[in-house]
Amino acid sequence: MSLLRRLLRDPVAALGLVIVIFAVLVAILAPWIAPYPEDAFESHLLQRLREPSVEFPFGTDNLGRDILSRVILGTRNALAVALSVVLASTVIGIPIGLAAGWKDGWLSDILMRLTDVFLAVPQLILALALGQLMAPGLGTAMVALALTYWPFFARTVFAETRRLRGALFVDALAGIGAHPLRILLLHVLPNAAPAILVRATIGMGFTILTAAILGFLGVGAVPPSPDWGLAVAEARQYLPEAWWFPTFPGLAILLLVLAFNLLGDGLRDAADPRLRRSRR
Amino acid sequence: MLLALPALLGLVVATFILSRVIPGDAAATLAGDAATPAQIADIRARYGLDRPILEQAIIHVRQVLTGDLGNSIFTGRPVAEEIAQRLPATLELTFAALLLSTLLGVPLGLIAALDHNGPADHLVRLVSVAGLAIASFWLAIMLQMVFSMELDWLPLRGRIDVALGLPPRVTGFLLIDCLLAGDGRRLSSAMLHMLLPALTLSLPGLATIARFTRSGVLETLQKDFVLYARAAGYGRFRLAAIYVLRNAITVTVTQIGLLFGGLISGAVVVEAVFDWPGLGTYAVQAILAADYKALLAVTLVVGVVYAIVNVVVDVLQAVIDPRVSDGTR
Amino acid sequence: MTGPDLLRVDGLAVQLGRASILDDVGLVIRPGATMGVVGESGCGKSTLLRAILGILPRHARIPRGAILFEGRDILSDQAASARGRIGFVPQDPYLSLNPVFRAGTQLLEVMRRHAPGNRRQHRAKLIELFRAVQLPDPEGALDKYPHEFSGGQRQRLLIAAALSCDPALLVADEPTTALDVTTQREILALLRRLASERGLALLFVTHDFGVLATLCEQVTVLYAGRVVESGLTRAVLDAPEHPYTRMLLACHPDRAADLIGIPGTVPAADAQPSGCRFHPRCPIAHASCATEVPPLLLTEDRSVACPWHHEPLPEMAVV
Repeated sequence: MSLLRRLLRDPVAALGLVIVIFAVLVAILAPWIAPYPEDAFESHLLQRLREPSVEFPFGTDNLGRDILSRVILGTRNALAVALSVVLASTVIGIPIGLAAGWKDGWLSDILMRLTDVFLAVPQLILALALGQLMAPGLGTAMVALALTYWPFFARTVFAETRRLRGALFVDALAGIGAHPLRILLLHVLPNAAPAILVRATIGMGFTILTAAILGFLGVGAVPPSPDWGLAVAEARQYLPEAWWFPTFPGLAILLLVLAFNLLGDGLRDAADPRLRRSRR
Repeated sequence: MLLALPALLGLVVATFILSRVIPGDAAATLAGDAATPAQIADIRARYGLDRPILEQAIIHVRQVLTGDLGNSIFTGRPVAEEIAQRLPATLELTFAALLLSTLLGVPLGLIAALDHNGPADHLVRLVSVAGLAIASFWLAIMLQMVFSMELDWLPLRGRIDVALGLPPRVTGFLLIDCLLAGDGRRLSSAMLHMLLPALTLSLPGLATIARFTRSGVLETLQKDFVLYARAAGYGRFRLAAIYVLRNAITVTVTQIGLLFGGLISGAVVVEAVFDWPGLGTYAVQAILAADYKALLAVTLVVGVVYAIVNVVVDVLQAVIDPRVSDGTR
Repeated sequence: MTGPDLLRVDGLAVQLGRASILDDVGLVIRPGATMGVVGESGCGKSTLLRAILGILPRHARIPRGAILFEGRDILSDQAASARGRIGFVPQDPYLSLNPVFRAGTQLLEVMRRHAPGNRRQHRAKLIELFRAVQLPDPEGALDKYPHEFSGGQRQRLLIAAALSCDPALLVADEPTTALDVTTQREILALLRRLASERGLALLFVTHDFGVLATLCEQVTVLYAGRVVESGLTRAVLDAPEHPYTRMLLACHPDRAADLIGIPGTVPAADAQPSGCRFHPRCPIAHASCATEVPPLLLTEDRSVACPWHHEPLPEMAVV
């Protein structure tokens, strides 16, 4: 696969890929590699707010739970949320983009106006409102994030479809009587795949970040779930003494989002050398 | 600007629909725990909450068009008044952040480009990637922990030292009001209070601006006219800082318009962490209280400010690049 | 030889990474003389020009050689920089002015640094120069943006800019290739007139032999970064001696385009052949050509870097 080879030639993007793979492995193996997997739910009040030590490398939180374990277990949440949101966004965004991009007309206008309206709503406010609409929780946060992220996919696919529908091979297919749906799904969509992949990778980072914000503001994950954003919020009242409490969950967010962003940039360069110029 | 209008209208409709399906009976909240059903019904009638949704929507849009944003369901005070109270705080914060992003981001991007693939370049690229990956609430708390709690150099929260109190309100912009009052102590207190929130809020914008300035400068440096200017004997500094930067900056300026949306979202978080009495905290409070009047008004105001910022950006671009206004580009 | 040299390039070598762009290039221009530099694209013309103007890319190295302008070494001595004393007319007038600044702003900045006098005097001088180069509306031109001029007007503007600091030498890089034929002729006539009126020396890079014949008394022919032949233009064009020059003129009597129809290609700059760089393509190459760099031989009216230049070329080579 030449895309992968081109990607790996860029050391920074390769670093992003390595971190992402590492995070996926951690997420899958979380219950087995976390030193105290039961700390997802159990509290040990006798050992609360312990400094980092050999026993608890990242220290313990206000309920005496091992922060390293919770950071490891939280990887699962973060990746699951991001993956679901990005998948849901593609499910909404891709058909809309394809439909709007294929033919000019009232349908295209309405779809793209709708997309614009969703883009114009401040994402966080919409997500907060939705979080309030349904009971606060991880599921709500995911719906809210998907509802605010699909317009980016719609726009990306819209632009790609418009670019491709003018291509010669599409004319040729239409000329031999291929059904538009067939052309869209079998020919246009695969050609738009690199752009969608880039958007999805950057979307992963973005979603992890926004989900953490929602958790922090109290409309995302609910206690006692091992969520990074939530942990930072819980840590606030124990500062500055328990410095380790917010530090490590925050670093985990930073590292994972950074990895997805680096990977996304690298993919963009590898997938489309034309775009390289615009970034440099 | 014309493009912004349908989006604005859509925004009003969207937030209305959204706000009406938020659960929680505003009338019940307002009436208090001990209210009788009759009292609640009375309140419902007074705020028009008993009419059909469509009628409420039409009334709402008509009121908005005539500049009447209605009364907050939660506090009972006019929403326009409450927003006027809080908007300057948010604008002051966002503009300070935008200023910081630009004042730091542009030179960083320029330095990186001039040191293409050198150590400064790598450092700036790292900063600009990390700046977009860092969670603002976490950064804010870390900064608070180090500079306010541990070192005690900077205030922890609020806009000004409580002991000093606010200066006489003229514009609502604290820095300007302090200046107008000629009050140095309040001014320095307000500036110190603003430093951490503005810095936190500026980071994503700083990263974006540095990145676009860098690529813009690199692209401009390849241009024939730069080679010609060097041959003709332009000074090194002048060439980089003025001759090249002005071309490179056109792309950056477009970005500043796009950044504003992110700044508003960021303000919600930063205001929450620093107890900044602005629109962000107001919006969160409105959402939590199911106060749809307030939420609608906030969204509308944000939309209008967003549209204005984009018009300003268009004008700026025409000023920077004469070809834009001539339509020859 | 009469009078001192204005510009003297001595044994100049320029490298970009491992690629040798120029090697042992020499050139002499006396005050008021006109010199043309010809060769195919990629022969090092532009690099030579950039070296003289002091605008080589950052990673370029100069392992050997000197460039003396008015007797001072402008490569090693930064203070002796010839900026202002060497006027530059670029190749593409469309791309050589910054689109976001007024013409006056750009021209005055150069004068501020390199010409005596104050801003008012500079403006007056520019307007006077605009008249001399026959730019329409000389007074208003300073306040216009580049896109408000036509290509020919922009080139006139740039010629005026090149003259603004009273140079002794005008360096021009194919200044007419981007223009239409009529405008080309006008610009060339203008350059010729200005050079003779003001006693300017002219260094002209071109691959147009017609331009060379009308504008330049002397010519230097470059191949793969080395001088292969130089001398009086009339003599070289009438009776070229180096096999390369002979083939070039036979293939393209009016333009030094690529050597189409000649076996082989111009060598890549990072894979130059040993000995004479032309030997792989030369129809009269001898065994020693592959090992020994041929020195420039002085004949009565020129110098030639080929010891076999009296030998006739086989008919086949000149298609």
